[in-house]
Amino acid sequence: MKQATQLAAFCGDPACTDRPAAFRKHLGVLTATLLVCAPLLTAASEAPSTPAISPPAAAAPPDDGQWAMPAKNYASTRFSDLAEINEGNVKNLQVAFTFSTGVNKGQEAAPLVVGNTMYIVTPFPNVVYALDLSKPGAPMKWKYEPNPEPAAQGVACCDVVTRGAAFADGRIFFNTLDGHTIALDANSGQPIWNAHIANINIGETITMAPLVVKGKVLVGNSGGEMGVRGWVKALDAGDGHVVWTAYNTGPDKEVLIGPDFKPHYDMDKGKDLGVTTWPPEAWKIGGGNVWGWISYDPDLNLIFHGTGNPGPWNPDLRPGDNKWTSGIFARDPDTGAAKWFYQWTPHDLHDYDGINEQVLLDMKWQGKPRKVLVRPERNGYLYVLDRTTGEVLSAKPYGPVNSSKGVDLKTGRLIENPDKLTGTGKVVRDICPTASGLKDWQPSAFSPKTGLLYIPHNNLCMDEEGVEVNYIAGTPYVGMNVRMIPGPGGNRGAFTAWDIAAEKPAWSLKENFPVWSGAVVTAGDVVFYGTMEGWFKAVSAKTGDLLWQFKTSSGIIGQPITYRGPDGHQYVAILSGIGGWAGAIVSGDLDPRDATAALGFVNVMKDLKNATTAGGTLYVFRLP
Amino acid sequence: MRPVVALLLFASLTLAACQREERDTRPQSALGSGEQPTPVTTLEPGGQRPYPTDNKAASFEANAFHLSEGKRLFGWFNCSGCHANGGGGMGPALMDEKWIYGKSMESIHATIRDGRPNGMPSFRDKIPDDQIWELAAFVRSLSGNAPSSAAPSRNDDMMVHPSENRMPDAATLGKSP
Repeated sequence: MKQATQLAAFCGDPACTDRPAAFRKHLGVLTATLLVCAPLLTAASEAPSTPAISPPAAAAPPDDGQWAMPAKNYASTRFSDLAEINEGNVKNLQVAFTFSTGVNKGQEAAPLVVGNTMYIVTPFPNVVYALDLSKPGAPMKWKYEPNPEPAAQGVACCDVVTRGAAFADGRIFFNTLDGHTIALDANSGQPIWNAHIANINIGETITMAPLVVKGKVLVGNSGGEMGVRGWVKALDAGDGHVVWTAYNTGPDKEVLIGPDFKPHYDMDKGKDLGVTTWPPEAWKIGGGNVWGWISYDPDLNLIFHGTGNPGPWNPDLRPGDNKWTSGIFARDPDTGAAKWFYQWTPHDLHDYDGINEQVLLDMKWQGKPRKVLVRPERNGYLYVLDRTTGEVLSAKPYGPVNSSKGVDLKTGRLIENPDKLTGTGKVVRDICPTASGLKDWQPSAFSPKTGLLYIPHNNLCMDEEGVEVNYIAGTPYVGMNVRMIPGPGGNRGAFTAWDIAAEKPAWSLKENFPVWSGAVVTAGDVVFYGTMEGWFKAVSAKTGDLLWQFKTSSGIIGQPITYRGPDGHQYVAILSGIGGWAGAIVSGDLDPRDATAALGFVNVMKDLKNATTAGGTLYVFRLP
Repeated sequence: MRPVVALLLFASLTLAACQREERDTRPQSALGSGEQPTPVTTLEPGGQRPYPTDNKAASFEANAFHLSEGKRLFGWFNCSGCHANGGGGMGPALMDEKWIYGKSMESIHATIRDGRPNGMPSFRDKIPDDQIWELAAFVRSLSGNAPSSAAPSRNDDMMVHPSENRMPDAATLGKSP
């Protein structure tokens, strides 16, 4: 059924007419219909040489069997060409080895594999381990303990997580919760440089994985719940000095907005909007943090990064559009200069951070080849943007949304639902999605073989009440009572395969708890993801059928990866360990009797303590 | 004239001897009061010894006014930002029976004033001392450790858990042993 729909979509695709002329001549005797469709029927059974939607080659080079950055490549596809493990044999997967991280907090990081070594970085205290994959049982090669300030735990909004490290030029780059970026020699584990770039005493932490682009390590700060002014910095990969800093609020000069800045929509045009769209001085404590994902297009020489929610959550304290929060910047990686910006959620009312992953793809859109950026956004829409200009081509909800009524493609503006406006002293009920979004940071994966984006996400709604709040540096600046409830249907999570070309879901799986893990998809047409109960699952990339599952020791909120081991065989790895915002009730031992605990998330996760316990273990699987 | 000078000198010296030491009959609430050590453990080699209690503790902890002020300040000083309405978040839950650094008024007062190493900030010189005592009393009421006749009975905001005067003692959850 699924294949039939896909073929129909292919036949309707204008790409059909681009087939080589010789191919068509060979089939000249056939009818007109067959002329178009027959080559595709053959193509469908083999690997298509040029899929209708594919990442730009420069941002997604041919697979070398390694996994050197959490998103797999600069296009952030999280797709592996490895196909030894496929739909037919994945049911035989078995554990190759395990490794305890020694930290029982939320394990959101992706392991890295370069050469014969696997690298993992733990949540606070951010220990880095190197495991030798060429020896039985993958013994430890080295470990590095950065000994971050324990006090940093008190200013981390949503568990003491890290989302991973990055490898480049023989070095491992990672961030510590207390605001250091550190470069290690990948061979020896010896520190090469250590840059202290964030200050916990004003509430800054670093939880994101760095991205290394053209000899620069890109890092942003966390702290949108602490009144922290967001920035992204480029550090020299050689010695760690700061090459440029771009703030996401404040005067154009500090946002690195100059003559090259050409936003597509009028709402983002004007001088010093980072100051004028705020009450006086409020931009200084206004959020817009960079704690999620960055993608890079080498052809356009642009990096793309989202910006977090404005602070405080209570919108009455910050009338205006609150530029440049809850949006996305395209910047020149050499200078940081902004090229364009688009605001997903102007004057955010519900903590809709704009920091999710952006998958860079080339595809035909309404007959014309476009360079696009696909973003399953926290506010509930699956955006397709032209990544050269920031123009919105499509914005369709991929789950239940009632906080807004769509996106006006002419003005680019999100259409707010007047029934769901929050404010001081007023309880607004049943707002979907929640503050944690239809999808939070948990990254999706894209397969050029199926044209589908595999999205792990939430299905939650919430009640909100704005309350007065005082800014005290280094303490929370939220001003909102929140309590979350399950979304329509009662399943709190979902795993949805989204057909990008057709702008609709191909299939969707229900999960009891929010799917807080990332996803990975392979050329073997298998998608891997984990659940908060601890199941590590393999489903068919085409149909979503469950092919295999394994119960790990703790809930999974990490990012699965797959790699070719030194023995030439394909492996799949995942860190298991409950935590993060959704799992804080377990990792932080919170009290479910308070509906507002963990910024309201505990109310909808009351039973998680009965489903899993804290942990921190690496699992690696292979075929027998 | 000389006898007069001698007399004056004698008188001033005599009067000076009458000067008594100053007594602080009214403690200044802005300054720290209980600076006596507050143990954070019950483990003491050779057996537990009593440690001095602070007379502020007793006068604040069963006082309805101080408890309601503590509830207000709990929001105003952003305690709720980390500890939510007692269930916790960035910081630990305060309504359960688990106490990392001690459950006494003195211990909670010291925690707020001096901070704790794993993330609790120090509010010394940021919150007046009497208000720290009010916060400590309210924190205890969250786990049912305040007389129900004095603990706050209503919530001005969204109802997120039973009011403090109806919270069961977290250690027993209202059940008799």
